[in-house]
Amino acid sequence: MIPSTLRMATPLGFAALGGIYSERAGVINLALEGMMLMGAFGYVIGTQGSGSIWIGLLVGISFGVAMALLHAIATVTFHAEQVVTGIGINILALGITEYLLPPSKQVGGLPHWQLPLIGSYSFIVYLLPVLMVASHILLFKTPWGLRLCAAGESTEALAALSLSRAKWQYLGILLSGLLAGAGGCFLASEVHYFTKGMTAGRGYLALAAVIFGNWRPLSGVAACFLFGLATALELANRWNIPGQLLHSLPYILTMVVLVGFVGTSRPPASLGRMKS
Amino acid sequence: MNIRKLFVSLVGDKTSQSRKFFLSCIPPLLAIFVFFLSCGIVVHFRGQDALEFYKIILSSGFASFDEFGYVLFNATPLVFTGLAVAIGYRSGLFNIGCEGQLYVAAFAAAWVGMHLNLPAFLLIPLCIGAAMIAGAGWGAIPGFLKARYGAHEVINTIMMNFIAFALMNYLVTSVYQEQGQMIPQTPQIHETARIPRLASLIPFLPQSNPLNASFLIACGAVVLCYIFLTYTRWGYELRLVGNARDVASYGGINPRTVTVWVMALSGAVAGLAGVAEVMGYRYRYLDNFSSGWGFTGIAVALLGRNNPFGILSAAVLFGLLNKVALDIDILLGIPRGLFLAGQGMLIIWLVCIEGISRK
Repeated sequence: MIPSTLRMATPLGFAALGGIYSERAGVINLALEGMMLMGAFGYVIGTQGSGSIWIGLLVGISFGVAMALLHAIATVTFHAEQVVTGIGINILALGITEYLLPPSKQVGGLPHWQLPLIGSYSFIVYLLPVLMVASHILLFKTPWGLRLCAAGESTEALAALSLSRAKWQYLGILLSGLLAGAGGCFLASEVHYFTKGMTAGRGYLALAAVIFGNWRPLSGVAACFLFGLATALELANRWNIPGQLLHSLPYILTMVVLVGFVGTSRPPASLGRMKS
Repeated sequence: MNIRKLFVSLVGDKTSQSRKFFLSCIPPLLAIFVFFLSCGIVVHFRGQDALEFYKIILSSGFASFDEFGYVLFNATPLVFTGLAVAIGYRSGLFNIGCEGQLYVAAFAAAWVGMHLNLPAFLLIPLCIGAAMIAGAGWGAIPGFLKARYGAHEVINTIMMNFIAFALMNYLVTSVYQEQGQMIPQTPQIHETARIPRLASLIPFLPQSNPLNASFLIACGAVVLCYIFLTYTRWGYELRLVGNARDVASYGGINPRTVTVWVMALSGAVAGLAGVAEVMGYRYRYLDNFSSGWGFTGIAVALLGRNNPFGILSAAVLFGLLNKVALDIDILLGIPRGLFLAGQGMLIIWLVCIEGISRK
């Protein structure tokens, strides 16, 4: 149960952290799905092309960042509708990967580290809690993070400090591409293949985790573990519960949280807004 | 100077409706042009003949009535999802949930079509009604949550999509699966619940052509939608809430009520895409039948500038692309991902153009 929870939660956690950076900077990020898909794709073709998983990881992450750059140019520079741009990027990523579909040749996985009491997992799994805590400190305890958040809270706060809102939004979106791309790399490295549309809605689920976790890194990643557990239960399925019910549990929970029945849900004040 | 005169006569003076209309046509036409151009460039750099590629596009869509029938058949669900997205958009709402709404509606149509054995003149309207009610219900939930609790409809419609996929998968694998079949599908609906194929009415269409009367329903929906949005009180309320929410409330319109019924209407129209599939083509519910129609609907609405007639043209274009994608895969070995990627770029270009003009 624990191994499959971790394997499910890790790519989600990376994408969710990415989503938090972007949304905290005020840009709705529906493109996580496409960024992850391109990350997985980049990992596989990079590894196949060079023979090195590290080059693969680098290619995967840079493909994620490339998608993010497109999202940033469209939404921040051209003020394009953020929701629609995100969907466009997901369709684009699906198309590019389908067009250039790599031969279904097995690629190596990322190195596993053996830790006492925990077991042997890909090092990416251990990286997630580190990044989660680092993101929390970065976003809420440093001037850097507060500026990024200010970009999402108000359209004019940064201008008052004579800082460019656009620059911080670019940064937030690019970071989300980096993290979502890394999540995609992990996904491909665990199954050793790239298959068409292999992210299968994980980007949207990660976005749900962002909302579920109230746009905060600690609770966002915690939500990913909860969603991962739901998927692990679905796979184990010992109690004759319809798998589909467990499968849709994260989505139902997110709606419940969003409506405000449980706790309060407060998105960044200027999320999705380009002008005051 | 003569060119300028010609331009003025085409475009009309600054304030006229025809000039506005002409200007609004430029971005989509430009986007389509760039789309085909860049596809040709990609094909050229694959080391294949780009001219041959364009010839195949034309012949695969328009060489015969049969080919064109397939184009219109492909366009049918996209007309509905495009209209659904546009109805929401005109009121300032994003309905990303068409995919889920059309699945739920398709299942409702299939359920009624399987269980009731009535004459066609009763059963067909009943099935369509059931589908529209199911789609409306699925759309109204995010609408209600937005109106009552301020929960963003984008996230909720996406969540409702995934819930619909899971629910339908459950129903079709555990409850209503056809006996003795491995395929996740329901039994066939009754003969009387089927929407007739046009091949039996139009002499030039071969019997194998799947074009059916649901395309005529789609055309009817386009006209009705146009009349509804432009000339009725409700259409006016819908647009007013989209353009100037505060003015609407000042004028005595409750934007919350409008939000709920707009999402319901949008869902009902999206549901008709499910009707076209179940009653017009497959005569049963097959799990995962839609190939992203709900999402393509967003592209269709964008390209059609949220105008019903624009949407009809855009849907026919996408119907053509879907058909051509298959043919170029078979004839030239070009994967259909090319058009999918192009479609993604098209969406991004169009929203960028819209963004700049709003800036």
